[in-house]
Amino acid sequence: MSEIKETQLTKKDFVSDQAVRWCPGCGDYAILAQAQKQMPTFGRKKEDIVFVSGIGCSSRFPYYMNTYGFHSIHGRAPALATGVKIANPDLSVWVVTGDGDGLSIGGNHFMHALRRNMDLNILMFNNRIYGLTKGQYSPTSEVGKVTKATPYGSIDIPLNPPSLALGAQATFVARTIDRWQKHLAEMMEKSYNHDGGSFVEIYQNCNIFNDGAFEEYTGSEKFDNVIDLKHGEPMLFAKDTKGIKLDGSTAMVVEMEKHSIDDILIHDETNLDLAHIIANWTSNPDLPEPIGVIYCIDKPTYNQDMVDQINFAKEKKGEGSVQDLLNAGDTWTVS
Amino acid sequence: MGKTFKTIDEAVIRFAGDSGDGMQLTGGRFTETTAIVGNDLSTLPDFPAEIRAPAGSLAGVSAFQLKFSSKDIHTPGDKPDVLVAMNPAALKVHQKDLIPGGTMIINTDAFVKKNLNFAGYESNPIEDGSLDDYFTVIPIEMNKMVKAACEGLDLNGKLVLRTKNFFALGVLFYMYDRPLDATENWLKKKFAGKDAIIEANTKAMHAGYNYADTTEIFTTRYKVEKASLPAGTYRNINGNLATSLGLLAASERSGLDIFLGSYPITPASDILHTLSTWKHFGVKTFQAEDEIAGVTSAIGAAYSGNLAVTTTSGPGIALKGEAIGLAIMTELPLVVINVQRGGPSTGLPTKTEQSDLNQALYGRNGEAPMPVIAAATPGDCFYAAYEACRVAITHMTPVMLLTDGYLANGSEPWNIPEVKELDPIEVNFADKLNADGDFLPYMRDEKTLARPWAIPGTPELEHRVGGIETAENTGHVSYDPENHHKMVTLRQEKVERVKNDLPKTEIFGENSGDLLILSWGGTYGACRSAAETLQEQGNKVSHVHIRWISPLPKDLGEILIHFKNILIPEINLGQLLRLIRSEYLVDAKGLNLVRGRPIGAATIVETVKNTLG
Ligand code: SF4
Repeated sequence: MSEIKETQLTKKDFVSDQAVRWCPGCGDYAILAQAQKQMPTFGRKKEDIVFVSGIGCSSRFPYYMNTYGFHSIHGRAPALATGVKIANPDLSVWVVTGDGDGLSIGGNHFMHALRRNMDLNILMFNNRIYGLTKGQYSPTSEVGKVTKATPYGSIDIPLNPPSLALGAQATFVARTIDRWQKHLAEMMEKSYNHDGGSFVEIYQNCNIFNDGAFEEYTGSEKFDNVIDLKHGEPMLFAKDTKGIKLDGSTAMVVEMEKHSIDDILIHDETNLDLAHIIANWTSNPDLPEPIGVIYCIDKPTYNQDMVDQINFAKEKKGEGSVQDLLNAGDTWTVS
Repeated sequence: MGKTFKTIDEAVIRFAGDSGDGMQLTGGRFTETTAIVGNDLSTLPDFPAEIRAPAGSLAGVSAFQLKFSSKDIHTPGDKPDVLVAMNPAALKVHQKDLIPGGTMIINTDAFVKKNLNFAGYESNPIEDGSLDDYFTVIPIEMNKMVKAACEGLDLNGKLVLRTKNFFALGVLFYMYDRPLDATENWLKKKFAGKDAIIEANTKAMHAGYNYADTTEIFTTRYKVEKASLPAGTYRNINGNLATSLGLLAASERSGLDIFLGSYPITPASDILHTLSTWKHFGVKTFQAEDEIAGVTSAIGAAYSGNLAVTTTSGPGIALKGEAIGLAIMTELPLVVINVQRGGPSTGLPTKTEQSDLNQALYGRNGEAPMPVIAAATPGDCFYAAYEACRVAITHMTPVMLLTDGYLANGSEPWNIPEVKELDPIEVNFADKLNADGDFLPYMRDEKTLARPWAIPGTPELEHRVGGIETAENTGHVSYDPENHHKMVTLRQEKVERVKNDLPKTEIFGENSGDLLILSWGGTYGACRSAAETLQEQGNKVSHVHIRWISPLPKDLGEILIHFKNILIPEINLGQLLRLIRSEYLVDAKGLNLVRGRPIGAATIVETVKNTLG
């Protein structure tokens, strides 16, 4: 046998031959580039990676990744990916979805995939708008949003994706931002390394229908408005000039000039109560927007439990014989 | 003891009582014993949708009908010879079905004022003589009898009374000369560790048997001899179990693990339950969060290379429609099973119907053809499920299997097949690039037009599939008008080519004649019985049953034109009828009864006679 040379894959290997068709300037480009860059670093073979998506701008993603891919139907990507993973648990399965796809029409599947701790990496591109259908408000759009469907402003109360994910018993909840390239890469890597269902919300700018939705977190003031959570470290932001202090369960921003580091809340990504508190800071004008890993714990996965159950049954009963099963029970012979 | 035996060819009995009276179980025991005795048989369980409707109400009546015979039979019978009525409501609902002069075995202890009122009787029908002119009424104080039989046992009164169905069973075992030991053994297994329950039920059954023996109420006992069925080893089987076994056999023959994505729904859930016990066969069952997740997870599993199945009933198919379209578009093998029930909407969840044929054929957006096969009898569900898997895999297409509530819960003796003798199912996963160093996920097999099945994990064949129209061969997204027309045509042609795989259509009777009864699905038995009767009476009537409705068999058109009349009995308003009329331009007529019950053979015979004048 001739020796097979292990060649190190590069970003290029993950670029498919399809022309990318997002609007110029769309935040999706940055996310795609990061995914193509990160994939080779995981050390997985290309053929063992599957991207599954639903419908929406973000859901075109699999076409551009030179891996196995499935562009399914609106909202159903987590359910379809569940079948892919159960059928072959050795695959690395990624779900690309958006705020409309994942939280509106597909809210049910999103919730159940997370509560089962199905080992899927769910990347949700949240642009707080419907892009592909040309600009209706989404389940994460702010109250009062004026769109074609809401000329007098939206009266829907938006969902907070990390809170929803935590409520659904997710074992990994993180948030990042399209323009924070290094951070985005880090979250993808952490998601990949988490053994279990992981949810990464990515704030993504739709420059056509909701431009600047995340300007506060990407513009010149970004460090004042965003807190990047680090497990085991005090919660500092604004270039360490500000910190977060907890009064009971209420968080407040304090100036570090006037406070000791000992007053500052330490992030513990394994603390569910804390995770709920942090998730609630979302869109709170008095608090910085939390990004990073909000919550991460280890729990048995559905896919592994299923493998174990099948092995257990085989051990207990022996590999089944279909013919014996057919002949089981009360039978009689006619000659 | 002064009793005469009368040998008869066949008998139809019906157990009816309150939901809590255990009628399904009683019918099941009588069925198993009858199967072991060697009769041919056919059953019709009939239960309410409510788990526990108010005790004694008409809505809460549960019944089980069984026909058994020394001959080859095809239906559970039209009208019972014997009706067991455990309470007034059961009598009220079922007395009209009994044949004139038939026997009624009645638990008089349940005929108290409250129950009579509940059932809408103004006076007690056992006492007011209203039944005596028409039927042989055998009133038995079953409550009193079982209390006496169970005296001294360490069991509370309520549990003692629950054994009265076994008392009734004992009476029937005596009447039809059946052994008690199979039921005794069953009780021992079923209630292992609960000795008092085993003893009480055994005593109640013997008490019924002995009561019938010692009292003067039965002057005649009946003998139904063994049926002369084709040689083989038999078991009794219902449709849902047969379907599950068919899938498992296909798993073994194809070498693929089963993935079942399913959401609980009556009357399909038993397939999910059954497959879930077969984990040691590598079966993966996934109880999904909804019907859509059931089918989409199965599509994902198909993409990953499993034998993917989703099971449901009509309302579930409605929800799965878009996803089935995705499986058609991505050309993945998937078996979709619809155990039909009364519709539309929630309809009649526990009753049978054939009204989802249109939905199976047309219930999706766009031009979305898929092969549709329907099972004919409970045992045939095995072969239909197996065939569905074989065609799905060989032709790379989703396939719809239609069964129905009657087939799913009804049972019959089944000649157990040898799994190794079933048609082989060949799986050819794509594993290398084409000669030119490329991989074309939508390149087609010349014969079947099937595309290659390249599963994740296969080096170099990375490709993308999806619900957007795909370019021929490459599978790339394509909005090109000519390409779309071509692909729509190809997908239709691919389904048509399944025809080449189908056996010659069998004609029961002459190849030409005055009338052809044409059937599909669960009406097979009634149509075949009717044809037998009509032929015996000298009519030029034949019967053709079709299993594949999409595509229709190649030779069907040629068969149809040799008959002066065509009659299509269906439990819907004429869904196959319209298809046959439009496809073959023949003046077929329908016999359409949508009552949630099988169509009786007698009704078909009568309709044919009226047609022939
Ligand atoms: S509509 Fe918005 S989200 Fe969609 S591609 Fe264009 S910029 Fe991106």
